[in-house]
Amino acid sequence: MHQRFNHAGLSSNLVNYAFMSSTTSNTQDPTIRCDGVYKIFGDNADQILKSSGGAVDAEKFKEQGCIVGVNDASFEVYPGELLIIMGLSGSGKSTLLRCISRLTQATAGNIYIDGEDILSLNNKKLIELRRSKMGMVFQSFALLPHKTVLENIAFPLQVKGVSTKKSIERASEMIELVSLSGRENYFPRELSGGQQQRVGIARSLAIEPDIWFLDEPFSALDPLIRKEMQDEFLRLQGVLSKTILFVTHDFDEALRLADRIAIMKDGIIEQLDTPANIVLNPASEYVRKFTAEVPREKVLKIETVMEPLNSSDEISDLKISKDAIIETVAESVLSSDKPLSVINESGEIVGSVRASKVISLLFGGASQATAEQSVGQGEAGQTL
Amino acid sequence: MMATLRENKFLQLVLLIVVFLLMYTFIPATEGNWLWRLPPLLQQLPVVINNSVDYLMFDWWLIDVYDPEFEEYEEKPLMRQVTRSISDAVLFLIELIREIMLGGVKTIVAFSSWDWATANQWARFPGLPWTVVTGGVILLGYALSGIGLALFVGFAFTYIAIFGQWEPSMQTLSFVLVAAPIAILIGLLLGVWSYRSKTVENVLNPLLNIAQIMPHFSYLIPVMVFFGIGDHAGAIATIIFATPPMVRLTNLGLKKVPAEVGEAGLMSGCTNWQLMRRVLIPSARRDILLGVNQVIMQCLAMVVIASLIGAKGLGNDLLIALNRLRIGLALEIGVCIVLIAIVLDRLSLAWANKQTDYFADQSFKERHKHTIWFVGIAAAGIALAGVGQMIFKDGFNYLFLIPHNKGITTEPFWQAGVDWMWETFFYTLKGFNEWLIVDVLIPVKKAFLAMPVAATFTLAMGVGFIVGGIRSALIVGGYLLFIALTEWWDRALITSYLMTMAVLISGFIGIVVGTLCAQNATATRILLAWCDTFQTFPSFIYLIPVMMLFGVTDTSVLIAIVVYATIPAARYTVIGLRSVPEELHDAGSMSGVNRLQRLTSIELPLSFPHMALGINQTVVFALAMVIIGALIGTDDLGQLILGSLSDRQGVGNGLVLGFCVAFIGLAIDQILRTWANQRKAALGID
Repeated sequence: MHQRFNHAGLSSNLVNYAFMSSTTSNTQDPTIRCDGVYKIFGDNADQILKSSGGAVDAEKFKEQGCIVGVNDASFEVYPGELLIIMGLSGSGKSTLLRCISRLTQATAGNIYIDGEDILSLNNKKLIELRRSKMGMVFQSFALLPHKTVLENIAFPLQVKGVSTKKSIERASEMIELVSLSGRENYFPRELSGGQQQRVGIARSLAIEPDIWFLDEPFSALDPLIRKEMQDEFLRLQGVLSKTILFVTHDFDEALRLADRIAIMKDGIIEQLDTPANIVLNPASEYVRKFTAEVPREKVLKIETVMEPLNSSDEISDLKISKDAIIETVAESVLSSDKPLSVINESGEIVGSVRASKVISLLFGGASQATAEQSVGQGEAGQTL
Repeated sequence: MMATLRENKFLQLVLLIVVFLLMYTFIPATEGNWLWRLPPLLQQLPVVINNSVDYLMFDWWLIDVYDPEFEEYEEKPLMRQVTRSISDAVLFLIELIREIMLGGVKTIVAFSSWDWATANQWARFPGLPWTVVTGGVILLGYALSGIGLALFVGFAFTYIAIFGQWEPSMQTLSFVLVAAPIAILIGLLLGVWSYRSKTVENVLNPLLNIAQIMPHFSYLIPVMVFFGIGDHAGAIATIIFATPPMVRLTNLGLKKVPAEVGEAGLMSGCTNWQLMRRVLIPSARRDILLGVNQVIMQCLAMVVIASLIGAKGLGNDLLIALNRLRIGLALEIGVCIVLIAIVLDRLSLAWANKQTDYFADQSFKERHKHTIWFVGIAAAGIALAGVGQMIFKDGFNYLFLIPHNKGITTEPFWQAGVDWMWETFFYTLKGFNEWLIVDVLIPVKKAFLAMPVAATFTLAMGVGFIVGGIRSALIVGGYLLFIALTEWWDRALITSYLMTMAVLISGFIGIVVGTLCAQNATATRILLAWCDTFQTFPSFIYLIPVMMLFGVTDTSVLIAIVVYATIPAARYTVIGLRSVPEELHDAGSMSGVNRLQRLTSIELPLSFPHMALGINQTVVFALAMVIIGALIGTDDLGQLILGSLSDRQGVGNGLVLGFCVAFIGLAIDQILRTWANQRKAALGID
């Protein structure tokens, strides 16, 4: 049962990765581009930043009564990509997210959304941007306590001036999308945490935003519900393909969902890369600590243990995708006496994988084996 | 030695008391000795205030105003025109509601003229029969809360009607129904503004602090000067008095809205106005509605006091009854005020707690069922009044309005009761009364008056320093200095003496009772319910029963203060003790404490900050009551404030005296609050 459940979740993951591989080639214009973004809290943050001449040292700023929230963040997010910002509390991940949604004003730097510099938008334009392009989900759900489920979901449409009839219609669709039918007239306090967050998700999607911000959306939920919501989230993303910025402090969650992960510490992005590369090539000691306990098979794709096609080999008819996570196909590989064929997105056989490789990955010697394999992988990702 | 002294606060306190006693003993009470009494350098302050007010009202910024009577332009001061239009507007609203309830012609006149109204007698609105009003509030009670509240408000209004207090009650109600919404609106606006602007908040905060501790009387005098005398003046004084808690609670409620909810509103694309109106204010609904409830309570507390500047209604009648020592009648009227207070309190709380139910598909009948019911009640009531017209031939239609002196009255019964009590307990009560006055109150009062000003400053500032360092000492000193430089230092000492006595007794009773009740969940609930009920009584009411027993003496005032001021002490003690986390109880139990040890070593230390805040409130309550005590005769600041009410040049005196009272309260507030906050921080409780 558990196995099948997992598969269901991952099949959409597969779609993502397929989609991803075309985006990492950077042919498209980025949806979000951050360029040297700083957020410094404190009364005279501007002056201190100016006088420091660009180099921001959190310790020194603290002496002057300023807290550094985000320190020189530069990165790009491409259409349909799911970027997870990962860090412990106080690492500045939520602040960075709020800078991009302009809930807080960045102290310095540029943030572009679809090529438009949002830091220079006036209030009216900003409201317009939020009404047309952005949706956000909050950790504590942030539902309006005086409105019902239906009213909460219809709220962004109503402030936008959509007619009551249309907004109710649209809200009802959203309720169906997040499987809350029958609870339209409940108040938030009458719902469980998971249900409340479904409402939050539906509300954030009501205006059909291009960019979806999620600030620790599942952190306040019980582990079992969290797992369920993650699956739900992957299902939704499989259908909707939004450009997503997702903040979490849960590394497992990040690995499970992300196309790419940005790991933050003290306001600095320590590393920004695909899950596999972060596990295989941690850029710093700090990142290594996170990855130390991570089971390789949960992160790595078949690609990393694949061997080039050798015509002398006898290959099984069973085909697996090179983008499949090892854990999910391990059983098939191990139970087959012949190596399995590995195919790419277009269905061509590009290599084979044998049980012994998988076994050595699962039960020791893994790090060396994979380290060798992954040398060629490092280039695709961006290391900071 | 010095090091130990710096560390040990207890030693510091002992040293301070020693110094105080030495100064007390050795500073001679002679004229011109500055250590004994400071010279009244601020003597001219009231005069300056008077002159400025006069200038503002009569000479400042003259404008041309068209006078329709003489058909020409006249030069009039702007301020006077402004206050006059405000007065007119408020008066119009009061009359409007009053005439809906009681009938009358002034509203019609406002839109036509006296001549027209006299010529067209049919246009006179007769007022609603009491049965309709009563039915209406019962319906309201039912709609907001259910059958329980409906029964209670039904009982209250029926009581008012059949005891012949309908007319004054409706007069009072009409003025509360005008004052409360205006106060609520102003409070809401200021609260929102102070939420949005830090500067505004910083300006408003000290003003609110003073406003909440200024004696009620002090508001009356400037209002009287600016707005004259009458129902509108009473309403305006009430508005000024009732607004501060609304500002506070609105601000607090908005601040308590989780940041993420505001952000969710922003990300939904709200404009600033949409964010405030559709997200923040509705989310802060509960606190804001508690503010509404507070406003209503403050309005009723002002009912009696506002009658001093001409507000008609129950307050006025009560004052007259008390002055004639008709205790029984006063009691009946008092019960009416209390009933109205409780009714409005419960109705507004029920409204606060009612969650809007949202059903998408309700039939017309469902949605408007309360309106339909009300129309039915009105029709039935009017029909009944018509029947009454036929039954009662002697000119009084009891089904329409039970006149003032034709209702049931229990006055003879109460009067007999008072007489009986006097006869039965005369010697006991007299003995107690005399003992209290001669052996306790007078010596203490003398001791207070014999205190050199230098000693007072040393004690107060010393305590301030021990608790909150140099800053607190200076603040406390500043407050005292103002009082000492006026010519009323001795009066202030008398006020302080009454207050101190009352706070000591109230604090003791409150903490003991609170501690005992906190041991048991049921007792706690009962005590809190009692506190809630007693707190809705306008402070003035407390004077009635004590006057029944002790006549017009300091004892009466003291006992009234004690009864009134015990409420917060008990309430905060209970809440403090009950808020000790369950886990700490368990931890204590597992460490093997017995009940007494748990109380002394866990519960009490953790609830000291709460208790200190309770005592702080006790001080505020006691001060308010000391001043109101002036109405039955004291010789402190309150009496002077009351006196300045009837003085043409009273504004300056009244205000300065009011500040004196407020500063006594604020000085104590500074010390207690600082201490409580320190303890809270040290204990890590919010």
